[in-house]
Amino acid sequence: RICVITLAEAHPLLQSGKTITSVNYQISANCSRLQNKVSGKSKRGAQFLTELAPLCRISSSDGEEYTIYSCIRGRLIEVNENILSNPAILQEKPSTEGYIAVVLPKFEESKHITEGLLTQKEYEEVLLRRLNSSSGS
Amino acid sequence: MSSLTEKDRPIVQLLLNAGTCPRCILRFCCVGSQALYRRPYKDLVKDLKEFLKNNQEKEDTACFDVVDLPCKRLRLEHTEKGPDDMNHNGALQQIPSVSDGITAMGNSAVEVCNVCLGILQEFCEADFVKKVCQKVNSADYQFTSFVLSVSLPPQLSVREHAVWLLAKQELRKLGLSLAKDDLVQLKEAYKWIIHPQLSEELGVPADGKSLFEVSVVFAHPETEEECHFLATACPDCFKPAKNKQSVFTRMAVIKALEKIKEEDFLKHFPCPPSLPKNLCVAPEIQCSNGAVFVAGRYNKYSRNLPQTPWIIDGERKLESSVEELISEHLMAGFKADSFNFSSSGREDVDVRTLGNGRPFAIELVNPRRIHFTAEEMKGLQQTINNSSDKIRVRDLQLVTRSAIGRMKEGEEEKTKTYSALIWTDKAIQREDIAFLDDIKELKLDQKTPLRVLHRRPLAVRCRIIHTMKSEYIDEHHFRLHLKTQAGTYIKEFVHGDFGRTKPNIGSLLNRTADILELDVESVDVDWPPALDN
Repeated sequence: RICVITLAEAHPLLQSGKTITSVNYQISANCSRLQNKVSGKSKRGAQFLTELAPLCRISSSDGEEYTIYSCIRGRLIEVNENILSNPAILQEKPSTEGYIAVVLPKFEESKHITEGLLTQKEYEEVLLRRLNSSSGS
Repeated sequence: MSSLTEKDRPIVQLLLNAGTCPRCILRFCCVGSQALYRRPYKDLVKDLKEFLKNNQEKEDTACFDVVDLPCKRLRLEHTEKGPDDMNHNGALQQIPSVSDGITAMGNSAVEVCNVCLGILQEFCEADFVKKVCQKVNSADYQFTSFVLSVSLPPQLSVREHAVWLLAKQELRKLGLSLAKDDLVQLKEAYKWIIHPQLSEELGVPADGKSLFEVSVVFAHPETEEECHFLATACPDCFKPAKNKQSVFTRMAVIKALEKIKEEDFLKHFPCPPSLPKNLCVAPEIQCSNGAVFVAGRYNKYSRNLPQTPWIIDGERKLESSVEELISEHLMAGFKADSFNFSSSGREDVDVRTLGNGRPFAIELVNPRRIHFTAEEMKGLQQTINNSSDKIRVRDLQLVTRSAIGRMKEGEEEKTKTYSALIWTDKAIQREDIAFLDDIKELKLDQKTPLRVLHRRPLAVRCRIIHTMKSEYIDEHHFRLHLKTQAGTYIKEFVHGDFGRTKPNIGSLLNRTADILELDVESVDVDWPPALDN
């Protein structure tokens, strides 16, 4: 099952007032997500990602830097190079053209991964709870 | 016997004594006259004895009572011959003295041949021919000719090799050589004898190129282990294959026989070979017909029908498929075992195929019926069309195997036209979409769509949209007709696939667009030839 990683609705970068200044796929001295190359049906040569593997770092004009994590185990198929040249689409169309990366988990892990995710409704409930707890305290 | 000459005399004598049948003897004397082999068995035995007598008359020996040979096998004096045959000390057997020869010949003529194990004996007789024809007729195939394929047990090659060494040795004494290639092959001689008989019974000629194959497999369990010694002598010829039951295949045995040295062979195998107690058996007589190919064009009117069966983990996700709806009736009509369906490209489950339809071809494997007139094909076509309203078939016809290549050409090279129902998020007016009609030869870069990325390599495809024609419907809908290069992903061209197909309708209109319905209007391949129906 192909997975597309995008910014969550509630991500700070998607809240008003933020301007993105840069997107950086070089996550360490040795590793740039831009150098990911896959070949063949089985996507050989792909960088393997664990849940906490960083995909990219995004800087905003107010000096903040956000690391976007994979959140999913699997092979990195591609990262979205369009957001490098046009960071605006990250904010304008976060769920479509502004996607971050495409990841392909192992076939056997697919079901388990899906079960570990939240549905849209469950996510909204989480946000609601967050809102309530923060306003409560 | 005119084809036998002086030089053959010692071999004929030797082999007759050893228990080799007349036809095999002829083979080892390199007699190439087909007619001779077809002579009745009894006559051949007589002829051989006559041939030998011509020499021995000079030596004034008692003549043998040759007149009436018993038809049933005599075992009574077989045991006497034992010591003569089982000569394992590595030396070739010497020509036995004349008196020995007489007794031996009296009995060996009706014993099972020690080389062909009965194949050039019993299995050339009318009884066996009848048996084969019975099998063929009951299998109920349609055919106009036949090809006979014969499978011999591997140990035959070993026995053949042994007798060849014997014959070679005798000829060497006369200063002559005998290459294995000079011998008449058993299969060849067998076919000389049995083809005319089969042809007569079945009423059709034998033809090497025939699509109708009658295959006979001979086995001789009694001597199966005879070739095992080759494994120790030439171990690298016998690799255990996963699927085969025995490592001792015919090819492996033949290869080993080529490699093994004469001395080593003689150490392990009796020369001449021992007399078998039983005949070969022919447990498998099978018929099969070469595949026929049926081609046509299909229309698909359902948005809920996959082209091929959709089964995941043994569970069928959607009922039926284009392939099954078409092949079901063809399988029944041609009485085939199985089929292979292929087409010039394909469409998604939810896409209709309109217009002239998409070319397809079906290979029908091992059909019992192969002759269909144009009328009958039309009838089959009608049956298919009456059986379901989800598909329709036209131009149904028999084609050759090579025709499939032409169809596949279409998949890569020919254009297709489509009709798409498109939705937009922001309102549109007629003027907003009019410009699409003027765009010609629009170049697209399409990354492998996400929806197929799990089973296709990641790549970028350049494809061309040749022409477009828009039809305004309302503020959020319009219909687009397009003519595109083969291999273009239409759905992705409409919605953009996360921006991975560029340009796309959304980017061209500066809106978010999605596709609601897609139809294939035409597949521009002019094959198969259109029939007027």
